[in-house]
Amino acid sequence: MTDFLTKYAFLIVPIIKIAILVFIILTVDAYLTWIERKVIAHIQARWGPHRVGPHGLLQPLADGVKFIFKEDPLPSHVDKLAYFLAPFITLMLALTSLAVIPFGPQKFTVFGYETHVGIADVNISLLVLFSITALSVYGIALAGWASNSKYSLLGGLRSSAQMISYELALTLSVVGVLLIAGDFSLRSIVVQQSSGHGLLTWNIFPQIIGFLCFYIAAIAETNRVPFDLPEAESELVAGFHTEYASMKFAMFFIAEYTNMITVSCLATILFFGGWLSPFPTAWTFTHYLPSVILIPFGIWVFFDGIRYENLFGRLMLPGVGSALVVIGAALAFFPFLNDAIQGPFWFLAKVFTFLFVYIWMRGTLPRFRYDQLMSFGWKFLLPVSIANVVLTSIVILWRMH
Amino acid sequence: MVPTSYYLILSAVLFGLGIVAFVFKRNIITIFMAIELMLNAVNLAFVAFSQSLGKTDGEVFVLFVIVVAAAEAAVGLGIIILTARNRRSLNVERVDLLKL
Amino acid sequence: MSASLIIFFVLALLAIFAAVSLILQRHPIHSALSLIVVMVALAGLYLLMGAEFVAAVQIIVYGGAIMVLFVFVIMLLNAEEEERTNFSKMARFAGIPLALAIAGFIAAAIARNAGSLPAAEPSGALTSTKTLSNLLFSDFVYPFELTSFLILVAILGAIVLAQREN
Repeated sequence: MTDFLTKYAFLIVPIIKIAILVFIILTVDAYLTWIERKVIAHIQARWGPHRVGPHGLLQPLADGVKFIFKEDPLPSHVDKLAYFLAPFITLMLALTSLAVIPFGPQKFTVFGYETHVGIADVNISLLVLFSITALSVYGIALAGWASNSKYSLLGGLRSSAQMISYELALTLSVVGVLLIAGDFSLRSIVVQQSSGHGLLTWNIFPQIIGFLCFYIAAIAETNRVPFDLPEAESELVAGFHTEYASMKFAMFFIAEYTNMITVSCLATILFFGGWLSPFPTAWTFTHYLPSVILIPFGIWVFFDGIRYENLFGRLMLPGVGSALVVIGAALAFFPFLNDAIQGPFWFLAKVFTFLFVYIWMRGTLPRFRYDQLMSFGWKFLLPVSIANVVLTSIVILWRMH
Repeated sequence: MVPTSYYLILSAVLFGLGIVAFVFKRNIITIFMAIELMLNAVNLAFVAFSQSLGKTDGEVFVLFVIVVAAAEAAVGLGIIILTARNRRSLNVERVDLLKL
Repeated sequence: MSASLIIFFVLALLAIFAAVSLILQRHPIHSALSLIVVMVALAGLYLLMGAEFVAAVQIIVYGGAIMVLFVFVIMLLNAEEEERTNFSKMARFAGIPLALAIAGFIAAAIARNAGSLPAAEPSGALTSTKTLSNLLFSDFVYPFELTSFLILVAILGAIVLAQREN
């Protein structure tokens, strides 16, 4: 048995990692919708979901059940191939792009097969991500066209035109980072940002213009506010996914949130040091930060749960709270576990910060009009990205002499 | 490893299929896509030779072919849009007279 | 039967089926989707040969920009399925065997002379982007500048063509 596992480890280990990653990402997507609804609600001075489970924590579960049981209509005179293919392409590409993201530095050995925290470690992982972004225009264009409806067609064409325009600015704004790092591989970009000094050697400082261009272009790519005219409710009913319901709409929905997660992961890896800690490595006491955060948070959840209004909350929340306290204590007492968790902890912390900024912008900013959007992308963002590339190359050449 | 001749045979087959599509399809856009298929077949041959000879010149040339195909597609599709607007049909068999 | 040979056959068959599907489909949007499959299969073959940058450029530029242009034009012009016309059917009976004969002759010529190719098998070594870009900006700098000029001309041409008559 172990012989078979060792011989085919190169096939079995990635499959297990893929299964774990897909499960984690789908759960994070579901709870991202909960976080979004709660945060936007609190920005707008209301409560958000708070009935389904304590603090509305089971709302994503209810949404999932609704999607499964809702009727899935097929409009007449649709182009069947394109209609069924569009959500499938969008979801498949969104999930595939997570395969090349490195989540942590460790290399660990299982069944004699040395592997790392991440699914694929290719030399051109950044280019793979860009090719997936380039292909995901098709999902939206086909969805808009296949639905045989004027709203969908207009929304689909507008949305794909927007995605193509901002794709240029996206790829150009990253060229500055590539010039500094000298390699396409995401893992080596993070490694190149590491030195003993923590925060100061991250790519954000030399490349602040590049980061701003990248983040703005990425928000336009993922069709989020303030660039979400193609799917705004007051404008085009629901844009390119007007004629999709239940499971197919859920696919578009999951794909959008997964794209958000991918873009946030990319922003942390390229500009904010990926899994690197912001503190200098000499400060080893900062390794206890996960425990220092988890234990008080767990205690707070525990005491909040004890006085919750219904019985289910009074059972579930203290359970969650004590689980968090136990995990935090385990991290504090087992240094092996603590070291293994450092990389992914900082990575996840930064990714969640970016996701929070996404949600914050959705609650705060109005949306662009379509012509304002296109002129901003072509007349402002693209020249600024090109200027960033030119400036970076001048500085690098000047330093070489 | 895969012998170079396998790649070249695949390139020849794709080129032949491109010719068949070019000759037999009636929609102008499909004919244009057949041209792109032929260009891709040629690209495959370029990369196969570049790898078998050990020089990277073939791959540089593939980049040029892709760029030229992009320029050609842009202008060609512009022309197609204009002719389709004037003759109200995308069928090449209807574009056989100089008079509209 | 090594793993690369299996991957080659899978990708090659995918490319050939997609190319045949381009011919057999009636609606141009389905032909466009088949062509995208051909391009992705070819990008996989470039990766198999070690040309990773070319594979990425193929998907980003060809599959992500040029084919998007095709799909947009098909949607814009509301292209319909091909109509049945009454022009000659003789072309189909004489033409298809002829066209396949061309491909067959080329393929047979290659197969017969396979032994005299400079190197029988590609080395499979990864081409580093650095080598490619050094070549591009040293030996091929003149074609490079010419293609940038070509793109400028193409952009101007496309803008002039797409203008409305005022």
